[in-house]
Amino acid sequence: MTPFADLPVWVALLTAFFLILGSGLTLLGAIGLLKFERFYQRIHAPTLGTTWGAGGLLIASIILFSALQSRPVLHEILIAIFITVTTPVSLMLLARAALYRDRIEGNDGIPDFEAITASSKDQPSPDP
Amino acid sequence: MRRLLPYPVLAASLLIMWVLLNGLSVGHVVLGCIVAVGASLAMVALQPDKPMVRRWDMIPRLVTVVLIDILRSNIEVAAIILTGRRMGKPGFVMIPLELRDPTGLAILACIITSTPGTAWVEYHAGSGRLRIHVLDLIDEPALVDQIKQRYESLLMEIFE
Repeated sequence: MTPFADLPVWVALLTAFFLILGSGLTLLGAIGLLKFERFYQRIHAPTLGTTWGAGGLLIASIILFSALQSRPVLHEILIAIFITVTTPVSLMLLARAALYRDRIEGNDGIPDFEAITASSKDQPSPDP
Repeated sequence: MRRLLPYPVLAASLLIMWVLLNGLSVGHVVLGCIVAVGASLAMVALQPDKPMVRRWDMIPRLVTVVLIDILRSNIEVAAIILTGRRMGKPGFVMIPLELRDPTGLAILACIITSTPGTAWVEYHAGSGRLRIHVLDLIDEPALVDQIKQRYESLLMEIFE
């Protein structure tokens, strides 16, 4: 009685493939977040979930609901755009906060902020 | 026309978004148009710098390059998480940018952040120097070259 009963096999297979791909990548991202030791390595892992992880789930959703409703369902693209646009905001906020804390505490392996401006002297200066 | 639609791209995107969310019908196209024009007029009151797109034809190329690169680094980072083995070591990389257009920089930030394995850390507007963190750093000059040639040069052509 479910609407899925008369779904063509290729639609079911494609949907399943993209669902597994997307959820698998998101899970790997979560595992990486746990596994990596340092903050700056950890911020890389969740990007698996925000790129092809989310992308796979959204493609699966587009395929399934377009087949069920016999018309293209495309509003998932909006989700993808909003995720892509908002991820850098939170990432930069976290990264800058971590850098600030590490510099104040004088932790190892953190480049100085001064290095960015000081070493620009030996480069040709950009247009005023 | 200029007065009614000061931001044509914004208005068109809003209309497309409205139709995608609500379904295609005459009523929703009319409603979407009203929302798009209203939001455009609100933007005029805020007076942001209008981004200038000079080369529309380069945008599909940029999107293709970025999507392929994101897929490739997804696989690389997934392999690192699964096996725990990596070719290089994590580290910070400094990239001297020539790109100055704010919209171009914003899109570069989206690209670098969306690519697993690279993360935008800080940018100094005065010297145009960008620092990113790389999860698996093998060849630093090659990476700088890749970001400058693959993304920055395309973005400069589109926006400057």
